[in-house]
Amino acid sequence: MFKVVDGPIDDIALEDVVRTEADGAVIVFRGVARRYSRGRDVVHLEYEAYPEMAEKVMAQIGDEIKGRWPVSGVAIVHRTGVLQIGQASVAIAVSAPHRGEAFEAAQYAIDRLKQVVPIWKKEVWSDGSQWIGWEHEAHAQESRAAGQ
Amino acid sequence: MAPTQFPRWISPILGVVPETTSQSQICVRVRLFASYREAAGTARLEVPLPSGARVGDLVDVLAVRLPAVRTAPGMVAVNHSYVGADFTLHDGDEAAFIPPVSGGR
Repeated sequence: MFKVVDGPIDDIALEDVVRTEADGAVIVFRGVARRYSRGRDVVHLEYEAYPEMAEKVMAQIGDEIKGRWPVSGVAIVHRTGVLQIGQASVAIAVSAPHRGEAFEAAQYAIDRLKQVVPIWKKEVWSDGSQWIGWEHEAHAQESRAAGQ
Repeated sequence: MAPTQFPRWISPILGVVPETTSQSQICVRVRLFASYREAAGTARLEVPLPSGARVGDLVDVLAVRLPAVRTAPGMVAVNHSYVGADFTLHDGDEAAFIPPVSGGR
């Protein structure tokens, strides 16, 4: 299952999607909205997706994982819209006969998702907001370090 | 430079309706997201280009209205696949401008 949704993510259902009787390990990773980011208090987050392409690229990540690790199932669900602190923006479930490959595959899935899946996060603070990307994040940190 | 000095195919970007559309043109559906969408003030554009135009040509046209495609370059996807600047566009293609994807560590 590779989906972009606009409501809460049911990660219990996600486990049921990936688990088979051959599996001894199920990893469910949840990325959640946190209060503190780069020294500022976050009021809420907003996620925007290019849904048609995001689901296609998430499925490609699933294929990459199955080519590298002996896993049984991979599922990725990402939420869009406004998220309050503590709510899950993304859930990734991986099942495998043994835990080692399940942990590695789940780590790979979230790292790869942030590299290539067209979904964007906006941090909304009490006094402003900003779209956050890898390059933008690195640049913002450099600017702050330089006193700008 | 007055708008009339630009080629006709870039005039829609400048808010001028083209007088005619010749058969040597293609029309590309552009989608913008996140920071690009907000900077442009729209999520979708239709951009006429000369037949045989490449992604780099589309970037040149779009940069007139949306300088961020140059100052904060991301990636371009055509019909849901990432492509390079040399990729040749066809009539009806959907070209998405992808600002850097969301962060988090």
